[in-house]
Amino acid sequence: MDRKEWPLWEVFVRSRNGLDHKHCGSVHAPDAALALQAARDVYTRRMEGVSLWVVRADHIVASDPEARPEMFDPAADKIYRHPTFYQLPAEVDHM
Amino acid sequence: MYTQAIDLPGPKPDPAERTAPVAENPEYRAGFEAKLDRGEFIEAKDWMPEAYRRTLVRQISQHAHSEVVGMLPEGNWITRAPTLKRKSILLAKVQDEGGHGLYLYAAAETLGVSRDDLVEALLSGRAKYSSIFNYPTLNWADIGVIGWLVDGAAIMNQIPLCRCSYGPYARAMIRICKEESFHQRQGYDLLLTMMRGTEAQREMVQDAVNRWWWPSLMMFGPHDSESQHTGQNMRWGIKRISNDDLRQKFVDATVPQAEVLGVSLPDPELRWNESRGHHDFGPIDWAEFWNVVNGHGQCNRERLAARVKAWEEGAWVREAALEHARKRAARRAA
Repeated sequence: MDRKEWPLWEVFVRSRNGLDHKHCGSVHAPDAALALQAARDVYTRRMEGVSLWVVRADHIVASDPEARPEMFDPAADKIYRHPTFYQLPAEVDHM
Repeated sequence: MYTQAIDLPGPKPDPAERTAPVAENPEYRAGFEAKLDRGEFIEAKDWMPEAYRRTLVRQISQHAHSEVVGMLPEGNWITRAPTLKRKSILLAKVQDEGGHGLYLYAAAETLGVSRDDLVEALLSGRAKYSSIFNYPTLNWADIGVIGWLVDGAAIMNQIPLCRCSYGPYARAMIRICKEESFHQRQGYDLLLTMMRGTEAQREMVQDAVNRWWWPSLMMFGPHDSESQHTGQNMRWGIKRISNDDLRQKFVDATVPQAEVLGVSLPDPELRWNESRGHHDFGPIDWAEFWNVVNGHGQCNRERLAARVKAWEEGAWVREAALEHARKRAARRAA
């Protein structure tokens, strides 16, 4: 059995100009050019995209799901950051 | 396409399912259960019980294997398609099946298994794939019937999986379901064309329907009463609708389509039951089902041999591409 596995690349597609690139899956490929080729064949067979990014999966730095509370909670006690925090008179509340 | 083998345990322990010797933290467990109760998705790096992870690896990889093996019975007819139009359609469909396999392998890999381990499990015969692909495609109408019945059954099975609790699997399924609709419709369209043709063509369609009907019903897997993991998988949001309920839905949807097509379904007990609001149908030959699942179907050996051959003959290409990439990287670094 061949154990020389091709590296994994994450694939991001922009579905049309004006929208962000969005993660859609991954492919195995030996290099960037073939990763792009494989991503095109696997993820854009039906005009799903106008632009593709591929990035080596081992180059992505991700936050730790276990650390989610510390990482994201500080925002929850700053409710004054949200427009709904401010009670305005009804006549101008559509502001 | 789809694997019905989701709740069939592998005959031997699978190295792709290595268990991590980690003691379970009750707090994590409670958090996991709470997420499921709130209908939230579980994502790749989230904590999950080992059995949940193992079940998903087995199910997603079996599903991927089914897509890949599923290319073989249809690929058989690409060079023999009757017109350029049908040939283009069939090429696109078979390419889709390969693509579906790749989406699913990628989803399985998010659970910490390697692609090579998954492929090895298939090629060694340890992993299962859908029994439906171990039947031969004997005439051109088989290509239409596979689209109509086999992909039709796959769609029934797969739509609930779009709401599966495991995020990467659910997202792959959404993509797959969008494409399956083309598969089913092109199959029905092919059959309609043949039914408008000669008497001989109509006979070919009926012959193909006769051979594929029961194997299609078997795709939904064993009866609920025989199905080993249904309860747990329902609890985990991996399965949403039971095998028998899906099978009934498929029969009810297919009967009127057969009428429009002008073919009969090979079941003398098939009839509308007013009081149930469903069609009754005859008993399934489970001995045949288990025979095929356990490797003794008409094409099991041929299908696996074709996969092994493709893998082995492609080895030098995979190695050369990797070596080329290494060389270029070294040249850049120098």
